[in-house]
Amino acid sequence: MRKANNSYYKSIAYIIKGNSDMKAGLAITALFVIFALTAPYIAPYGVYDTDTSSILKPPSIKHLLGTDEMGRDLLSLNLYALKSTLLVGLLSAILASIIGLLMGIISGYYNGLIDWVISRVVDFLIAIPAIVLMIVMGSIFASGILSVILIIALLSWAPIARVIRSIVLSVKELPFVQAAKALGASDLRIIRKHIFPSVIPMTLALTILSIPNAIFSYAALVFMGVGSVEELNLGTILYYAYVSGSLASGKWWYFIPPGFLLVMLSLALMMTGRALERELNPRLKGEQHEL
Amino acid sequence: MFSYILRKLFSTLASILLIFTLAFIMFRLLPGDPVSLMFRDPRLTREQIDYLMREFGLNKPLWEQYFIYLLNAFRGNLGISFYYKQPVNGILIERLVNTLILLIPSTLCAILLGVVTGSISAWKNNKAIDKIITSTSLVLYTLPTYWLGGLLIILSITYLKLPVTGMYNYGVQYGSYIDRLLDLFSHMTLPFITLTLVSYGSFTVIIRSALVDISTEDFVKASYAMGFSEKRIFLKILLKNVSLPILSMSAIAIGTSVAGAVLTETVFAWPGVGRLIYDAVINRDYPLLQGSFLVISVSVVLANMIADLLYGVLDPRVRTR
Repeated sequence: MRKANNSYYKSIAYIIKGNSDMKAGLAITALFVIFALTAPYIAPYGVYDTDTSSILKPPSIKHLLGTDEMGRDLLSLNLYALKSTLLVGLLSAILASIIGLLMGIISGYYNGLIDWVISRVVDFLIAIPAIVLMIVMGSIFASGILSVILIIALLSWAPIARVIRSIVLSVKELPFVQAAKALGASDLRIIRKHIFPSVIPMTLALTILSIPNAIFSYAALVFMGVGSVEELNLGTILYYAYVSGSLASGKWWYFIPPGFLLVMLSLALMMTGRALERELNPRLKGEQHEL
Repeated sequence: MFSYILRKLFSTLASILLIFTLAFIMFRLLPGDPVSLMFRDPRLTREQIDYLMREFGLNKPLWEQYFIYLLNAFRGNLGISFYYKQPVNGILIERLVNTLILLIPSTLCAILLGVVTGSISAWKNNKAIDKIITSTSLVLYTLPTYWLGGLLIILSITYLKLPVTGMYNYGVQYGSYIDRLLDLFSHMTLPFITLTLVSYGSFTVIIRSALVDISTEDFVKASYAMGFSEKRIFLKILLKNVSLPILSMSAIAIGTSVAGAVLTETVFAWPGVGRLIYDAVINRDYPLLQGSFLVISVSVVLANMIADLLYGVLDPRVRTR
């Protein structure tokens, strides 16, 4: 068992080594994680340090990214904001993947009514603009960060379920699975021993790809004033830049950096996820730069 | 064909019913739901509360409330806005027109641009121009809508001097229709650019990958073998065959465009349904929020249905599936 695991890790290391997209993506992501974790040590000011003598001042030596309307250092705020942005993205993506994985396996493995019902729900969730439903649900139920995570996860598992279902549909027909079935293996055993291992790698890629979506959904929700705007993350910095009128008066140093960080982080994660997906899906492998 | 249309109509109806049921569950059933809070809302007068009680049938059993709600909704009766103190459907119709003024031109423009650059990109597969186009569309696809809008606002304040909020200038007496139209256009420029750019990225990629997919088919190889010019193969064979995948994928992209419109309208205070959602959230105006949600979701489902039906007309294979 241990040996099998070892070769599994080796093959992951091999994939990373030969793939420059993935290397770059992972490196940038790692940089973000390091900044997020070390924010209290590297940030020049604290979150609550207000400097009344410099309010909404443009970048200077003293404040590298300028200050906000309360005289707080924006570089420090952006650094502190990374942690919760990453955390919400990661947790929502993991939760969405778990739901998507379960739904995909159930729907792909069992035909009939349950497959039909899950597939219709998936179609529905993919067709309607999720952000609208998130805003509506969020403004009714969201009281804190956990409920926002739950709402994002509940509304973004559908594309994952669709991909997993199609993999399960093809794996189910493979001779060794048919053989296991003929030998009288239970459904649960077949799912656990044969179906599950074959969908896990793709689930990993899809999880990585869902993180940027979750991060964007979260930032968009906060920007729309849904959820808690007291909690510091990149979305709340954008929200306050907008509602304080700093955006409308052209205070670019308030509005540009958090969005830039969001875009960099998402691009890095998407590069990693796409590269992994291409490695796992030979059909995509020949294509370069596929979104 | 007839059974295909019937099937599509049925599934559309099912989706719409699902949307209405979802709204009922969210706004009425779950604990802390807005309707039960509504009667403690100090903004409502006694008569309005009585009226709502009768309209919603709140003293009746739950299943009866559900049917009253469905019946009301299908009649276009979506309740009264707390904030505007007007029927929700009237507000929605006015706002929906404003949304469409913004959404339709920018989506068409994005599709058109996407077809052009997506074709160039697929045509020059893996050459420098392809890489430039695909990475640009990747970045545009990644840009948060409201952030892109904000960048344009900052740019406009310092350089472009275009209006950044609303649809018209306040309190202006227009000399003629032309003046009014010009004012509308100048207000529309920035939201239009924002919405076009955010949907453009995904359209380019959709069209590029559809073209690349089809160019590996045998009949394309055969055309090369027959000695047709590359230009002819591209225009007569590839583009013609790729129109179907483009249609079906554009249907999915409608949802993305609508989501983009909600955020774009919010940033630019464009008085459409999207901005209405933002205002409803800020004012805790639940009837209006429910109405906006229903209108947006049902419109997207209907747009999908139209795309599906068109697909059925154009491609006989899907009808028999």
